[in-house]
Formats: sequence, C-alpha cells, structure tokens
Amino acid sequence: MSEERKDTGSKIYLFDNPKNVKLVIRGLLVLCVILVILDLIIHRHSVHPWEHIFAFYPLYGFVSCVVLVLLAKELRKLVMRSENYYDPYPDADPFDDDGNQEHHDA
Amino acid sequence: MPEVAVTLPLFLGALLAGITRGKLRAILMLAAPIVGAYLVYTLTPGQNFETTLFGKELTPVRVDSLSVLFGYLFHLAAFIGVVYSLHLKDTPQLVASLAYAACAVGAVFAGDLLALFLYWEGLAITSSILVFARRSGRSLGAGIRYLLVQVFSGVLLLAGTIAWAHGGNGLDFNHIGLESMAGKIIFVAFGIKASFPLMHNWLTDSYPEATPSGTVFLSAFTTKVAIYSLARGYAGTEQLIYIGVTMACFPIFYAVIANDLRRVLAYSLINQLGFMVVGIGIGTELALNGAVAHAFNDVLFKGLLMMSMGAVLHVTGEMRGSELGGLYKKMPKTAILCMIGAASISAFPLFNGFVSKSMIVTAVLEEGYEWVWLGLLFAAAGVFHHAGIKIPFFAFFGHNSKHIETAHEPPKNMLVAMTIAASLCIGIGCFPATLYSLLPYSTDYSPYDASHILSQMQLLAFSALAFLSLKLYKIYPPELRSTHLDAQWVYRRFAPTLIRQSFRFVMSVDQAFRKAVLKLMGRGVLGLARHHRSEGVLARSWPTGSMVFWVAVLLGSTLLMYYV
Repeated sequence: MSEERKDTGSKIYLFDNPKNVKLVIRGLLVLCVILVILDLIIHRHSVHPWEHIFAFYPLYGFVSCVVLVLLAKELRKLVMRSENYYDPYPDADPFDDDGNQEHHDA
Repeated sequence: MPEVAVTLPLFLGALLAGITRGKLRAILMLAAPIVGAYLVYTLTPGQNFETTLFGKELTPVRVDSLSVLFGYLFHLAAFIGVVYSLHLKDTPQLVASLAYAACAVGAVFAGDLLALFLYWEGLAITSSILVFARRSGRSLGAGIRYLLVQVFSGVLLLAGTIAWAHGGNGLDFNHIGLESMAGKIIFVAFGIKASFPLMHNWLTDSYPEATPSGTVFLSAFTTKVAIYSLARGYAGTEQLIYIGVTMACFPIFYAVIANDLRRVLAYSLINQLGFMVVGIGIGTELALNGAVAHAFNDVLFKGLLMMSMGAVLHVTGEMRGSELGGLYKKMPKTAILCMIGAASISAFPLFNGFVSKSMIVTAVLEEGYEWVWLGLLFAAAGVFHHAGIKIPFFAFFGHNSKHIETAHEPPKNMLVAMTIAASLCIGIGCFPATLYSLLPYSTDYSPYDASHILSQMQLLAFSALAFLSLKLYKIYPPELRSTHLDAQWVYRRFAPTLIRQSFRFVMSVDQAFRKAVLKLMGRGVLGLARHHRSEGVLARSWPTGSMVFWVAVLLGSTLLMYYV
C-alpha cells in the first residue's frame, strides 16, 4: 500500500496521491454506466412489474440514498445534543461520591 | 446421553477459565467451543431429554434442525470470540464470555418455556458483565440500564409462561401466536431482546460502551436468541412483517448521523434484525429459511465489523468517527478485513449477506407485500451507505487523524479471528449450498442468477455513487461530537425530570400544608394563652367582694325560684 519516497524518506501512501483517488472515482462511474447498459441487454425474469421499468434499481438506489442523507441531516437538527448531554461528567469516578469504593476494595 | 450435556463444554470452559491462567487457559477456552460443536454434531433430531419436575412434564433439551443450526452458529461465534480475546488477562470478562455463550446455546436447545426463561436470565446477567468490564463511568451506567431492560424482559417471559401454562397449553415451547394474552406478553418479552422499535435503545446504548471483545460476543448472541425464539413461537405472524420493515428502515437514519462507529454498527444490527423479523413474519418456508440463514450470516459479518472496530479501539483508544481517519496507512490488514465485512453486510454477490438477504426479499415479493419490498430495498441501499461505506471510510480513509502516528496492526490473535470470520463470509457467499443444507426446510433456492446479481449490483453501485456525489458536493453531514436523542430519552431525561418535578410539586404542597397547620396551631396556642395565661380572662385573680356579690346573686335567684 505504500512506497518509500526517495528524497525525504517519509512514506507516501496509496491515497495520498490524488491520481489514485481519481482512479477510484472513475472506476465507480464506469461501473455504473456498464450496469445501466446491462439493464438493456440482460432479460430480467421478474416477479413484480416495477422491476421492468428501465433503470429501476439504479434510480431507486441513488434516490433513496440521497433522500436518506437529506432526511438524516434534518433529523440531526431535531435530535442532536452535546456529547455529554446525558452525563455531564463522563470521566468522573463513579465510586467517588460514596467514599471512593474502588480504593476501598483494593 | 450427549443431549443432556450440550451446554456443559462451554459452562465447564467458563469455570476453568476462572481458575487457570496463561497458555493452559488459552487452550481450555479454545477447546470448549470445539468440544461443544462436536457434541452438537453427534446429536440427531428428535433426541430430546425429557424429565418430570413437581408433576410437570419438562423438556430441558430438544433437538431439531432449527436448534442444531443455532447450536453450530453459537459455538462458531464463541470460538471466533475466544480467539479474538486471547490476549486478554481480564478473568471476569473471559469467564462471562464463555458463560454467556453457554446460556445462548442452552436457550436454543430449550424445549420448554421454563428452561428458556432460566437461560434467558442467564444471558442477561452474564452479558452485562461484558459491559461493566470496560470499567468506566459511562459503561457502569449503560450496564445498569442494560441489565434492567434485560431482566424486565425476563420477568415478562416468566409472567407470560405462567399465564400460558395456566391456560392449559403446557410448558412446551412450540408455536405460541398472538391469540392469547399470554402469547402477547411473551411476544413483548421476545420483542425487547429482538430490539423492536421503541424497545431498541438498550442495544445502541450499551453495545458501544462494552469492551472491544465484549461487543463481539454481545452482537452474536442476545439478539440471535430472540430471533430464534420468534422463529419458533411466532412464525407467520403478520404484525412481524410491519415491525420488521420499521426496524430495517428507521435505524439507518440514526446510523448516518451517529459519531461512535460501534454505535453505527449497533444501529445497523437492528437494521439487519429487521430483515430477519420480516422473514419470520412472512412465515413461508423460503422466508423462514432466509431469516435463519441471515441470522447465521449476520453473526459472521457483524462480528467481523465489530472486531475490526474493536481493533481500532484497542489500538487508538478512540471510536468517534470525528476523531478517526486515515488508519489504512498503519492498519492495512485490519482495513481489508473490515471491507470484507462491509461487502458482506451490504450483500455484494459472492459475499454471505447476498445469499441470505436475497431469500427474504424474494419471499416478500412472492407473497405480494410490495410496499414492504420497497422498504427493504431502501434498507438494503441504506445499509451499504452507512455500514458498507461509512464505517471503513471514516475509520480507515477520510481525513488524516492524529492517531496515524501511533497506530499499528492489532495483536495477532485479533487478526486471526477476523481472518476466520472473513474467510467464512466469502466461503459461504461463494458456496452457499453448505449453509442451505443446514436450514430447517430443504431448499433448491439459488441466489446466483443474472437478474438477482444485476439488480443487487445496480442498487449498490448507485448507492455508492450517491455517497460519492454527496461527499464531493459537501452535502454529506460531517461527523460531529454529539449525542442523538432516541427512545432512551424517555427514561434517561423525561422520566427523571418528571419524577424530579413531581417531587418538587409534592414537596411544595407538603411545605404549604405544614406551614398552614403550624400557623393554625400557633393561633390556637395564642388563643389558649389569651384565656389561660396569668392575665388571661380565665386565669386572673378575682376580688373577694365580687365573689361575695355573685354568691349573693346566686342565692337570691334560688330563693326567688323557690317562691315562684
């Protein structure tokens, strides 16, 4: 996943190179296009008529994920609270206020 | 009589783990699930262990294809979990893990409701130790809440069992159904453990607070015992279809915004349980097979994902997505294993999620529940989005976090455990026939046909495309340090506040009442004093003359009366 960089000796990793990131993105785009084209070629034996709509699955997958994220963002406005909402002193020793039981046990 | 001893190897393993140390303990703990699995192998369906106690016919051990399948599964999960926790020296945690696995095995072999109840409570107690073992303030609170919910589920199960037996149904654990009140009570008891909507929050509250290996055990047993119990007692109950599709859909919204990555996985666990619950609700042979097979696969891929996140937690001490990222540079093996888990849960063809999830989805469509089908498709796209992409992306890729400097691969035993789970994920995905042969109903189902593969690949590829575009256009919500309100708000905020406020109200009423009474008493005392103190009307000294005068008046009037 990595190769030595000659001049500095520090490692550069697979995705430190923006070219590789672009490669992944392009790969996904090509895959998507191929899959839509296959929709025309492969005859689907289906149970439900909606499955025969052109690009039903791709559209449904894309739209539902976008809707999911947008709704989740709205949900966040409604339900997000500070990290220590339920317990304001998360790192406090639970046994501290009744005579430091932990040390007592030890 | 191997059927009597089916839980013995694991219980014995737990006991011995408590009194041995070092290599010997490691060997004993590894041997326990292997011996147990061999014992399950020697059992033949119908080989029950029956006994009579206080005049009641009991079947503490019942062997059929369903219990054998879960028996294998739980021994396998225990073995992987033991390998994963071999580096630990924490005795209570190790003992609890094996005892927990033993209770799970006992529960799925329980032929009567009484035995089921005993193991049900055993699961609650042993598993809570895995939460407490984190030894932090948060885990203590989460563990107590977890234990309360689990024990409440047990109490309901006992109440339902008594009512069920009282109704003349006996104690045998077979189909129960929702017709009777007892059936409804037991349904809720199972529902709590299966994390039905609004009863689910114990899971997402406690699992992220448990120890790294504790969560691996937790994600395998409790909820799967509940799924087994629902499949046994409520197959074909239509309400389960709607409960299940709700479970599959609503947690994914929380999973998208949750920051703690093990909490994301906990929400996605509920989402996967939703698929199984739908399958049980449909109740056809294909659907039940699908539900059970999916439970089997879920233990493997969810275990793998939990293990990979546990490894990150073990190495960095951090689990919040906002604080992680870029770890593929130092933990490439863990990253690859995590992505195998991600591909499996997302049901990519050739991975095990695909061969069981497609059974359920096909069964739903065959029975004509088209809206439920659309819901499940949404959930399937969503699970890829949050468990398939979000988990690996925010932990291992994304931005470079400060933990990259110090991160390294986890201990070897963790990697080995993850590799076993990953190989099984791919193995079952490529050769599903072995798993299918273990299912309760014989099946000639084949997941690998062109239409199935194409539609699944289209769904997944375009979900990935959606993630990519939202990320590139910066619409995707960033990971934020936060808490998200959920059903537990009712018992962690609302109820305490309500109780505090009502106490405050009662106190103020009480205080006003006391004040009024005191005031009244003060007035009474003053009144008394006015009449009786030294200068009071009734206590002052009278002159002798007036006394003589009044005596004269009295005598005079008596005389007068006498004459009249």
